Amino acid sequence: MKTGKTMSAALRLKLEGIVKEYPGCRANDGIDLTVEAGEIHALLGENGAGKSTLMKVIYGVIQPDAGRVIWNGHPVKVESPARAREMGIGMVFQHFSLFETLTVAENIALGLPADEARDRRKLNQLIREVSDRYGMALDPRRYVSTLSMGERQRVEIVRCLIQESTLLILDEPTSVLTPQEVDSLFTTLRQLAREGCSVLFISHKLEEVRNLCDRATVLRHGRVSGDCRPAKVSTTEIARLMVGDDTPISTEVSRAQPGDSLLKVRNLSWKTRDPFGTSLERVAFELRRGEIVGIAGVAGNGQDELLKALSGEIPLTPECIELSGKPIGDLAPNQRRRLGMAVVPEERLGRGAVPAMSLADNALLTAAGEGLVERGLVRPGRVRAYAREVIRRFGVRCNGEDSAAASLSGGNLQKYIIGREALQNPELLVASHPTWGVDVGSAVAIHEALVHLRNEGAAILLISEDLDELYQLCNRIGAICHGRLSPLAATADVGIGQLGQWMAGDFGDDGVTDVAA
Amino acid sequence: MLQLERRPVDSSLMRWASPVLALVLTVITGFVLFLALGKDPVEGLTFFFITPISDLVGLAELGLKMAPLLLCAAGLTVCYRAKLWNIGAEGHFLMGALGASVVAVALVDMSGFWVLPVVLLAGVLAGMLWAGIASGLKTYLNCNEILTTIMLNYIALNLLLYTVHGPLKDPMGFGFPQSVMFADSALLPALIPGTRLHLGLAFGLLAAVAVWVLFARSFIGFQLNVVGQDHRAAAFAGFGARRLTWFAFLVGGATAGLAGASEVTGPIGQLVPQVSPGYGYTAIIVVFLGRMHALGIIAASALLALTFIGGEMLQIAMNMPKAVTGLFQGLLLFYLLTCDAFIHYRIRLRAPVRKPTHVAAPAATQEA
Repeated sequence: MKTGKTMSAALRLKLEGIVKEYPGCRANDGIDLTVEAGEIHALLGENGAGKSTLMKVIYGVIQPDAGRVIWNGHPVKVESPARAREMGIGMVFQHFSLFETLTVAENIALGLPADEARDRRKLNQLIREVSDRYGMALDPRRYVSTLSMGERQRVEIVRCLIQESTLLILDEPTSVLTPQEVDSLFTTLRQLAREGCSVLFISHKLEEVRNLCDRATVLRHGRVSGDCRPAKVSTTEIARLMVGDDTPISTEVSRAQPGDSLLKVRNLSWKTRDPFGTSLERVAFELRRGEIVGIAGVAGNGQDELLKALSGEIPLTPECIELSGKPIGDLAPNQRRRLGMAVVPEERLGRGAVPAMSLADNALLTAAGEGLVERGLVRPGRVRAYAREVIRRFGVRCNGEDSAAASLSGGNLQKYIIGREALQNPELLVASHPTWGVDVGSAVAIHEALVHLRNEGAAILLISEDLDELYQLCNRIGAICHGRLSPLAATADVGIGQLGQWMAGDFGDDGVTDVAA
Repeated sequence: MLQLERRPVDSSLMRWASPVLALVLTVITGFVLFLALGKDPVEGLTFFFITPISDLVGLAELGLKMAPLLLCAAGLTVCYRAKLWNIGAEGHFLMGALGASVVAVALVDMSGFWVLPVVLLAGVLAGMLWAGIASGLKTYLNCNEILTTIMLNYIALNLLLYTVHGPLKDPMGFGFPQSVMFADSALLPALIPGTRLHLGLAFGLLAAVAVWVLFARSFIGFQLNVVGQDHRAAAFAGFGARRLTWFAFLVGGATAGLAGASEVTGPIGQLVPQVSPGYGYTAIIVVFLGRMHALGIIAASALLALTFIGGEMLQIAMNMPKAVTGLFQGLLLFYLLTCDAFIHYRIRLRAPVRKPTHVAAPAATQEA
């Protein structure tokens, strides 16, 4: 394979004045970008800044309304992803495009021309060669469903390399990896860059970008808000470029004052019937009032199942969950809510909120017990007042309580959902990825709301992939892997290396002891 | 070049214009069909749509046909809002007619104000029983309700045929497959004296009002809406899908059962094999044409009732086949479904593109 060593043109990719307009939104508004050969270039920006749109333009998924794409010095028109791959642009999406029921080799063969795909023995050989060379061990005969997220990402990268990509686009590649896996990915990327392959690295994690990237282009509201050499400037400066001058970029978190025990989970096991789901295995932990406990983990390791078990969407035996000494394992979600439990699920549209319904109706979804329903009849006045209160108290930007949930931005809807739960004064709040895909301003507001609830005496369980968030907010922390929960220990005592081991399933013991309990 | 493009927001204008547009297109197609058959289209359409309702008796007949449609449609609305595709109103209807008839025949010598309510209640319960079977199959065995309700329709029909040919056959009826005439105490009173219009229409209108209250005001109506729009949100909120499924099916069975009972205790006065010209199936069109809304289904049931009477009128006046009713109903549903596409999509006229290819932009911009 060749990785473009022969290409001597300094500029691999140049974008000039890219404009892409969607109904009601100018996603890209005259963006210029240059990527040199052998450069690792970061594309930074908040959600909604236009990163994804720009990427889709480069990869030929969409056509720009105006502007030019110049590839190796020649103006080109990228009509389709197939054309982009032909030119040497490879893309690794955030949500992998792999068939779980096929093997690694079969998945890679799907993207190749028929004659290359047919010779399976040669292809297997090629996959082994490429993966060994870049330190990404892969067995071509394994089924994708049996691979970890990190390994799946390797399949995607190897696929791009076999297609002889000279520009590799990675969309938030580290969000599904353990810290150790991140290190090995970066080693691979640096090696690729040394050999002349360009990398466009899309992220909002500033530390990583400073670590890895030669240059960075920052987008805000569809425009370039700045260029920098990340290693030379501080993360605060980069963050300012991303969010503008008027948004706070972090929360001050006071020390937690944990009180008495509120939630006891013991020996919680649950067998999934979904072939790609995760079974929970003897999960046990304890939560006290006035503390935030974090559970880290790579996506798909049982976080979703754990949340559903706690919320009541998965029915269990009564004894395995106790709230204030009361067994609640067999209660339905609305019954648990009446006992003081609130839940913020990972998917805000299509689980936390009904997309087509108004904010007022969505308040009714979980807050019916707040006097919004009397003798089976809805009290529309109170429902609207409740929704208005959430909007006011949590600074939700919207056109009033009648706007449909789907019309709000991710961050604003998340503020609304957190607010809806927080206003019910829960004793226990379980939140999954509360700031995932949320803009920095809203994330700060959400963190403040969580800390405020904690200070009021609520216990909060925070399930997140964002380690910075966990370290910032939690006074105890642990990790989940393959449906098993690591010990929970004081955050100050758990180094990133230790947490990474837990995330990879190495608990150092049987994984059911709760250190702090 | 014409292109179908997803609207950023669904068109609420189109939501209500679509049924009207469908009706206009149906009339135009009808016009062309009459021409092709060598009949006078203006005369044909007049016989179909105008003549049947040009006098009080005609209007009363319209109300007569509306009653079962409206009752069935009200129950189906409850199911369809929750996206439970109950196709079984026909079966519930037939069972309602059968159940009411069994009790009415047993009480044929009785008189008193209590007879009629007991007969009607028997119809309601029989309809609920039939819907309950489908509900149980769905909630406990996860059987697809579309298949089970269709199959149950045929079982109900055959059960009814067996009963009128066997146990319930009038011994003095010269071998005709029909029951004895019910006692007067088991018959629904007329709404307008001198016409066949009976209390059933009032039941239908009441059911429509009940549906309106259910979805505009009640918490259970809200829960049904949530289950229909987003079952994961419903599970998250703890709105038990199983409980709501039972509720929707039993309401659907009760109203269709009442419709069947009203039919045998109203215009017919006995059990005959051809109790229903397909009211339960036509009610499905009523629900969609009426936008699953109380006022809408009232208007739609009137229109579809007209297709029954108009079809009869064309048979008599212009010697057209009976299939004309089904044809118009089918056209209406076909055009409605077509027009409904424009609630979510719009047609964009694009200038011929000079560039060779053009990829349609995906609607989602939020994560961009």
